[in-house]
This record gives sequence, structure tokens and C-alpha cells, in this order.
Amino acid sequence: MPERRILIRGGTVLDELGERRADVLVDGATIVAVSEGLEAPQEVTVLDAGGCLVAPGLVDLHTHLREPGGEVAETVESGTRAAAVGGYTAVVAMPNTEPALDNPSVVRDVLALGETASAEVAVAAAITIGRKGEQLSPMGELAALGVRLFTDDGRGVQDAGIMRRALEYASDLGITLAEHCEDEQLARGGHMHEGAWSSRLGIPGQPALAEEAMVARDIGLVRLTGARMHFLHLSSAGSVELLRRAKQAGLPVTAEVTPHHLVLTDAEVASFDPVFKVNPPLRAGDDVAAVRAALLDGTLDAVATDHAPHLTEEKEAPFDQAPFGMTGLETALSIVTTHLDGSLPRADLFAAFSWRPARIAGLDTASGGRHGGPVVPGNPANIVVFDPGAVWTVDIGDMVSRSRNSPFGGRKLQGRVRHTVFEGEPVVVDGNAQR
Amino acid sequence: MSDRDERRHLLSIADLDREGLLELLRLADGFKEVAERPIPKVPALRGKTVATLFFEASTRTRLSFETAAKRLSADTMTFTAATSSLSKGESLRDTIETIDAMGVDAMVVRHSSAGAPTRITEWTSASVVNAGDGQHEHPTQAILDCYTIREALGRDDLTGLRVGIVGDIRHSRVARSDVLALDLLGAEVVLVAPRTLLPPSLEGWPAKATADLDDVIDQLDVVYLLRIQRERASAALLPSLDEYHERFGLTRERARRLRESTLVMHPGPMNRGVEIAPEAADLPSSLITRQVRNGVLTRMAILFHLLGSPQGLSAMRGETADA
Repeated sequence: MPERRILIRGGTVLDELGERRADVLVDGATIVAVSEGLEAPQEVTVLDAGGCLVAPGLVDLHTHLREPGGEVAETVESGTRAAAVGGYTAVVAMPNTEPALDNPSVVRDVLALGETASAEVAVAAAITIGRKGEQLSPMGELAALGVRLFTDDGRGVQDAGIMRRALEYASDLGITLAEHCEDEQLARGGHMHEGAWSSRLGIPGQPALAEEAMVARDIGLVRLTGARMHFLHLSSAGSVELLRRAKQAGLPVTAEVTPHHLVLTDAEVASFDPVFKVNPPLRAGDDVAAVRAALLDGTLDAVATDHAPHLTEEKEAPFDQAPFGMTGLETALSIVTTHLDGSLPRADLFAAFSWRPARIAGLDTASGGRHGGPVVPGNPANIVVFDPGAVWTVDIGDMVSRSRNSPFGGRKLQGRVRHTVFEGEPVVVDGNAQR
Repeated sequence: MSDRDERRHLLSIADLDREGLLELLRLADGFKEVAERPIPKVPALRGKTVATLFFEASTRTRLSFETAAKRLSADTMTFTAATSSLSKGESLRDTIETIDAMGVDAMVVRHSSAGAPTRITEWTSASVVNAGDGQHEHPTQAILDCYTIREALGRDDLTGLRVGIVGDIRHSRVARSDVLALDLLGAEVVLVAPRTLLPPSLEGWPAKATADLDDVIDQLDVVYLLRIQRERASAALLPSLDEYHERFGLTRERARRLRESTLVMHPGPMNRGVEIAPEAADLPSSLITRQVRNGVLTRMAILFHLLGSPQGLSAMRGETADA
């Protein structure tokens, strides 16, 4: 990468240290100066940040990049470009690819693709071979490649005995297991949340208990094994209450929530549009209120997108035949600022989008990673510039992702990512991807 | 009927208000006379094309719609698919856009997936009629059921009437539409089913529920029996069809406890010996065959309402179409 200098001028720096007016000078891939009224040196690219927040780049704990196997819907290249547009400088790629990310060879391939991507690509490898829930993946070898998170996402590990052994094995390796909590026997055949809407629409539902039963089981396994665990996309009131108590008991658990579970309810399914079909399903209003409260009180550590691209053709099937999943990278921060503005302090918001997920993924500067650290000289230049005053309307046709399955098309949002600087390179300028 | 852009659709009974439903029932009354003519045909929809798109097999409903369309002098077109279009590699949207390109004024859609007709409205310029979508709704069945009850009782609305819907409410599109339609006309609905065959939530349903048929059977003005599919007995929903028959079937004993005036209905086809004892289906008050006949009249009313013009209405009243 050629040496370049960038001056991010006129913004308010927001990081774990607090808020302050400051310009930020970047040289190469490193922040070299942070203070008010910096002189622009010669041969510098100036990024205007007037009225904007200048924060550590966002970190997505939950991205489906679909490579290998699903390149028609997304690739490492297109997915990280979408991430950059959303202000992310790192994403964790989920292992439910074809083949699954369950062995060193395929994980190396994805990491290699990540070398030239628009954001850092970390890998969450599978807990079990083929994500079948039977045989442990070579976690030791994968950890040696730098994998820090393991999950069978898309599925939960159904057999409690196997999950127990996986947790015990993982605890020796300094890695974290992450669970997609879904008891498949309770959820069987369900295409949406089970409740008043599923009953009215005649669409078989999956009860919130399908998620909660596995959350409860896994909290018990954490207590039993002492291993730490991350809970993916929690969506129900019961789940966050279980998590709250586990944290009060001092158990080493963390959890994420998606933007869509913070904002949308199962009432959306009345349109029968599969763009609203996602797993875990959009829940009832009480659940949405509970997960919001849990984000505000810190029970939920992070917001993660569960960006799940699907071909338009697949999403034009009838509701019960369409695949689960919605895209989210390009809208996540704006959705949350629009709908939780006023209730969630800015510092907590960026904590949930940047430094807390960076820590969960082992990508934080304190762990030797390059994300989430304070905007101070010497730290890596992974930075998002966010304009909280910008008002814009989501245009599905303008999206950078290869897929179009966002549930937020046409929605008017407040706040938008203006620039993203990844390893010192302005990969997004004024909302436009530069590569 | 819902008016999206210029078109009218019938996707759910929720698209209708009380007046709209009564208007359709009165329109069907008008067609009763047509049905009795030597040539039972009017030129009301001459030049219009009605396509029946049955992605799920149903001879009875498809024939009912096609007969209704032909009696209104509409041209008809039939599409049936034994398997889902997805498995043939063609999306539902592609199929609809292809048929749309042939030029149709109405699509009558039966599909095994809830909401398919609703989605289809976005891909065609035709009016869409839901002829049964998954476990969601079957609004034309509910309209003909209301017509049949109303005709049998000789009254315009059903205020205060007590209707028991017995059986597999959870999986029934007929029940979902009937509950809404009966409520619009002022009837009181009680759902009779084991908990396993009720929807998980009845929040917002204008109906009560009970698992004790014997407790309510002698108070009902209408007993509406739903078809029990045999696979329900193998999915932990029912121990056996025999036990269902014992607890929820219209047995000979229960039939004897019915009031003389009580109407017995069934959307067909019946499982004799499961939801109904063989003798009970032949009770004099049984409306089961009349339901089939009225299906044509009410579907004529629905198609005419969606596609017809005021001129068409006078044409219908005046003359008989060239056969």
C-alpha cells in the first residue's frame, strides 16, 4: 500500500476515552496526530468531518460473506465493500458456506481473499465438521491460524453433550464459542415468530422458547465448564432476561442483537414479503422493547448485523419457501441511531458497534488487533466518520452488496456514514465506496 | 375489497367491511335467477379473461370458479401445477409474469403457501382472487358459507346467531376466513377443538374457544365441521382419529342432541367416520350439497364485483347471453 496522508478535519472524536473536538492526521496505516486545528501538511487528502463524529471503525461480529459457494449472492470483495459503506473496518465471516469453514484449508482461502478486501476479514470457524453437530472441528489447528470465534451459526449445536465437550475443549485454546440458539425440535417447521400474527396469517411459527431453551441450556453449560461463550442474535424478552441473570452471576457470557430485532416486529410479515423472513424471526412488540432495554442497560454487549445476502429470485418465492436472512451492513448504524436516538447515549452506541465487538472477536488493539482502540497517535487508522445530522432514504437499487434483501428499502433514516478509513485508506468518501 | 392502485382484489375477508360483504351476498341473490334460466348465462363479463391458477390441486373450487366465469361470459384460462414452480426452476414471479403477458383481467389463485396471492398482486396488472392460500384464508368459501346460512335462515344478517366451528382450526384457511366473515355479519363464533388444533394465539380473533363439544352442542344454530387430515394423527397433534371422533366428531348421539333447526355444514370433502358419522351428513337440515351449488353464485358475484361495470350489471339483469 503506498504511503499516504489523510487529514480528517473538523469533527468530534468519539471513542472509549470520551468526546472531544479534534482533527485526526493519518500517515500510512497509523494515526499520527489528534488535536484541534491541525495544520494540513503538503500532499494530504483532506476528509471533511464538519458536524460529524470521528470514531474507531465499526466491527461486525456476524457477517455472511457467502464465499465459498454462494458467490452469486455475495463475495468477500462485495461484502466487505458493503461493510465499508456501513462504516465497518472489520467483519467476522460466518462459517455456513459451501463447503463450511470447518478446516484449515478453506479458512486459509477466505483469509487470503480478505487480504485485498475493503475491511479486515476475520473468520468464525465451525464448531463441528460440516456444522452437523457431531464431530468437533480441528479447533486447535484453526486457532493456530488466528481464528478466535467458533460457531455452527445457521444452526445451534443440538446435542448438549457435544456442546459441553466443545466448550471444555475450547477453554484450553483461548477461543470463544458462539451459539445460534435454536432448539430445532421446538422450532421445527416454523417460518416466523409464533404468536398472534402467525396465528392470524396461518404461517407456522417457532416459539420464542425455541431460542430461550438453548440460551438456558448454554448458560448452564458455561456454569458447568467455566468456558466463555458468546450468544448470537438474541431476540426475545426471555433470552435477554436469562442473559441478564447470567451476567449478574458473574458468568463469562457476552451477547449481540441485530438492528432488525431492535426495530421490526412480526407484524411486518402481514405483507407476506419474505424480505421480512429471518432467523431468529422478527418477534412481538414486547420482545423488541425488551431487547432495546437490554442494549441500553448493557446486558447486550454488541449490535451485529447478521448480514445474510440472498438472491432476489430466492426471496421472490412464497414466504414459506423463501430462505431466512436479510442484509444489514449498509444500514445498521443508521437504523439504530434513527430508532434509538435519545435513549442510547452516543458513547454506548459506538461501544456496541465498535470496541465491545472488537474485544469479543479478539480484534481489539489491547489484544494485538487493529480495531476498536481509542483515536490516539500510534493506533491503527481504522476510523469511521459518521454524520448524525444527515437525513437519507434507503434505496435498495443503490446498495453495494450483491444482494437486495434489505427490509429497510424506502425507509427515511437519520444519520449516515460519511467516510470510512481502513488501514489508512479512505475506502468510503462522502458515502461512496472508493474501490 | 382492497383497492391497490386501480384494481380490486379479494385476498382476505379483512379486505371487506360489513356493507361490502352484504353487497356481495345480495349480488349473488341476483344471480340465483340467472342460474334458473334455460340458458344460465349473462354477457356481464364478455371480453374479460379469468385465469384460474391452481398451484395446489382442487377440482371442486377450480370448477366452481370456471363455471362462475363462464356464466358471466368471461373467457377462461387454466393453469395447474402439481409441483411447486420453484422445483421446476421457475420462480412464482416468472410464472405470473408469463401469464400476465397473455392478457388476463383476473387471476384466481390457489396456492399451498400462505400469502402467495398477496405477493402475486405485485407482479400482475390483473385483479387477484384468493382461492385458498396455505393455512391463511379462503375468503370465497367463507362468502359462500355466509350465503348458504343466510339463505337457509331467510334473513339478511346473522346477528346473534351461534356458530360452532369444530375441528382443525389451526391448519384451516376456511376457519380463518369464516370467523372473520361470520363476525362481520354479527354471528357469535365458538371454536371447538383440542388445544393442539387451535392456533397458538387467539388474540384479536372475534371468537371463543372450547375443547368440550358436548358442553355447547345443544346451543348452536350452526355446526360447521372442518375436515381432519389423516396425517394430523401422526404428528403428536392427536392420539388417533378414533379418539378425535369420540371427542369432536358429530356422532349419532351428538346429532340427536342438536336442535331441530340447527344447520350442519362442512366445506368438503368429508371424512365420514372421522369428523362426522355417516348418518349425520344426510340429516334433512344438512346444507352440504347446497354449499356447493351456492359456490357458483357467490363466485359469480365476486368476479362481477371485481371486473364488472355498471353497464354489465344492467346487461345481466336484462338479457341472456348468446349461448
